[in-house]
Amino acid sequence: MSLTDTVQGRHIPDQLRSTLDRRLKSWESLLLLVAIGIFVVNSFASPYFLNAWNLSDATFNFTEKAMIAFAMALLIISGEIDLSVASIIALVSTAMGLVMEAGLGTPVIVLTGLLTGLVCGAFNGLLVTRLGLPSIVVTIGTMSLFRGISYIILGDGAFRGYPADFAWFGQGYVFWVISVELVIFAILAVIYGVILHKTNFGRMVYAVGNNPTGALFSGIRVERVKLTLFLLTGLMSGLAAVCLTSRLGSTRPSIATGMELEVVTMVVLGGVNILGGSGSIPGVVIAAFVMGLVTFGLGLLNVPGIVMSIFIGLLLIGVIALPRLWAMSRKGR
Amino acid sequence: MNIQTDAPVLALDGIIKTFPGVRALDQVNLSLYAGEVTSLVGENGAGKSTVVKILTGIYQPDGGSILLDGKPVVFATSQDAARGGVTAIHQETVLFDELSVAENIFIGHAPRGMFGLIDHAEMRRKAGEILGGIGAAIDPGVKLKDLGIASRHLVAIARALSVEARVVIMDEPTAALSQKEIEELYALVATLKEQGKAILFISHKFDEIFRISDRYTVFRDGQFVGAGRIDEISEGELVQMMVGRAVDQIFPKRAAVIGEEVLKVVGYSHPTEFEDISFTLRRGEILGFYGLVGAGRSELMQSLIGITRPAKGVSRIEGKITVIRSPADAIDAGIVYVPEDRGRQGAIIDMPIFQNVTLPSLSRTSRRGFIRLAEEFALAREYTERLDLRAASLDTPVGSLSGGNQQKVVIAKWLATKPRVIILDEPTKGIDIGSKAAVHDFMSELASQGLSVIMVSSEIPEILGMSDRVIVMREGRIAAELEGADMTPETLVRHAAGIGVSGAAA
Repeated sequence: MSLTDTVQGRHIPDQLRSTLDRRLKSWESLLLLVAIGIFVVNSFASPYFLNAWNLSDATFNFTEKAMIAFAMALLIISGEIDLSVASIIALVSTAMGLVMEAGLGTPVIVLTGLLTGLVCGAFNGLLVTRLGLPSIVVTIGTMSLFRGISYIILGDGAFRGYPADFAWFGQGYVFWVISVELVIFAILAVIYGVILHKTNFGRMVYAVGNNPTGALFSGIRVERVKLTLFLLTGLMSGLAAVCLTSRLGSTRPSIATGMELEVVTMVVLGGVNILGGSGSIPGVVIAAFVMGLVTFGLGLLNVPGIVMSIFIGLLLIGVIALPRLWAMSRKGR
Repeated sequence: MNIQTDAPVLALDGIIKTFPGVRALDQVNLSLYAGEVTSLVGENGAGKSTVVKILTGIYQPDGGSILLDGKPVVFATSQDAARGGVTAIHQETVLFDELSVAENIFIGHAPRGMFGLIDHAEMRRKAGEILGGIGAAIDPGVKLKDLGIASRHLVAIARALSVEARVVIMDEPTAALSQKEIEELYALVATLKEQGKAILFISHKFDEIFRISDRYTVFRDGQFVGAGRIDEISEGELVQMMVGRAVDQIFPKRAAVIGEEVLKVVGYSHPTEFEDISFTLRRGEILGFYGLVGAGRSELMQSLIGITRPAKGVSRIEGKITVIRSPADAIDAGIVYVPEDRGRQGAIIDMPIFQNVTLPSLSRTSRRGFIRLAEEFALAREYTERLDLRAASLDTPVGSLSGGNQQKVVIAKWLATKPRVIILDEPTKGIDIGSKAAVHDFMSELASQGLSVIMVSSEIPEILGMSDRVIVMREGRIAAELEGADMTPETLVRHAAGIGVSGAAA
């Protein structure tokens, strides 16, 4: 056609800054520096830190949370949130316990777990997308609902006696000190990284989070994207429940209490904007290591759990406030 | 008639106001006289609301001066303007349901008594005085939520008058009123005139302009066109001044070969926004939709692409009945919409240019759902360069561009989907002259290549300069369909405003 000849605009370059330059000045780079810093401090603070088996144990501090955090990162980028994930773990674990009591084997137990997670995710997702309710309210509600069901079923009791081969998920090792959970974590990191950064779906997640109206007008089926993300978050909570139940070897209704906040902390620490629209999977991966290292390092120094949570809280505020303080001080000059 | 000939109370002299890329006001003059109503007349975008914002201290002029009693003043804030005696009755004043009428009237400047606390008795007395002054029988003590719409409107007016007002601005005060309420408003205007207040009246309705004004001032495209006494000008002359340049403004409209029917809409109705809309659109045609703001044009267009669903009606694309439930369906059917609200609906301004352009075309730039950046950049480049986009690079956020360039990105995004029908809603609103010309040029290029274009616009020169055919909407219905020699500024204005269609008014 002649159009390009008659109306020829000036040339516009693809990018001005190089990709390398951009990466060096990114949030992820800052976070990586923090992670390395903590690693160095830890190795000086405790003689037990630089030990392959100890470090391997340390990964359990974050692998299960990170599984959920990957899906949660996408959900938060899309502008929604799921605060019921820890309660989904309780319900999933209870469901698996019931199946186990019925005498069914590991494959059925795992399948039940994943399915229950998916159903919980669908419940949240449908309430948010079909009825247009705010996700923070819906999932605060289901947070009580899901764990409540588990309390009704179990009361003070617990399910024990999971089959021996079920222990593989939470206690198994693939190679030397590399645990099954760590391998699952690594595979999921790659899968979610590809979904978010390399697929059309990932692009839609960003668009929906940045401007849901604009995304709708651009032909994106916004509700469908959000529902998919709730399903993924439910499924990941189911998987985390399989691993955690397997590692603990029992189910109590109080399992994973408060984990939702640690998952959200991990996501936000990883540079995901809590208001939606931006964030990356590499950021969440590094944040998972940072949180794992801090918890482990403090554990080696016999710091009590409550102090640890204070430290994680300060870390979160500090890492988020630093760039802003930096920008303010530069502007002030 | 008691026409005063003394100096104006308030005058604007050579006021200039520029926004990035647009000169909203270019050396305009405006004089307001005590005891007289001056109507400010102009099309949408002529600069009327900018003038109101300058008079009320919301905007600062970039040049020229504001003269109060002949002395230059600066209205740095809206409080300054209020202290200078300038007050505005807005189309939608924010009122508070749970507060009393008196509290609503004096919110922010209530009379103070002991210890700086609000003197309720004094406030109620003063409120009663103001309400009495405008002939409103409302008890200042009742809560606002217990009042009807008409009384609320009077409270809003009382609030505007609660500052010691010498100049009262009424910006389309009758837009939302019934005929009876309008009559009451006219009576109020007469009362205010008697009290010696200078009134600036802004309206699109010619009958009321002629009924209540003493003077007129006409703006066009941010420029002062003329002013004078209303009894020395005819309705036709005023319309001519308002739309004047339509004849000499050059539009790049090319003669296109208009082909077969592409889109046929039959009986589209919506419970609140529009009713019984039927029209056809042909290949290569530019169909203009003209009407006043609120005539239901945007709502109709959004129902065509599945944002809102019509309660009744059928649309046929190339003869086949097509049900469109979402914008995604519309894109598949080849109908795309460039919305008026660029920042919220048109673009995702925090995302890069290239990602905005490819968003509805991702299936074409990707393979099995995986993004291919090179293809994305290629597609984005092809369409943005055609539209002569000015940007540093394709990965800069759309929000960093000027309004005109943002619009080019949005148009590029939709053209990249290779549509059959493109709907442009106020495509050149708020963009600079250069970008405007680029958009017009491209629109006519597209039509000559066989694309069907629907253009919603409130600018008469644009409608007349670009359209092959014009549909005028009024209050959610089609008021007229005009073609050829019937397409004149006068007929458009008359049909849109619903006046003098039968030739009765003059």
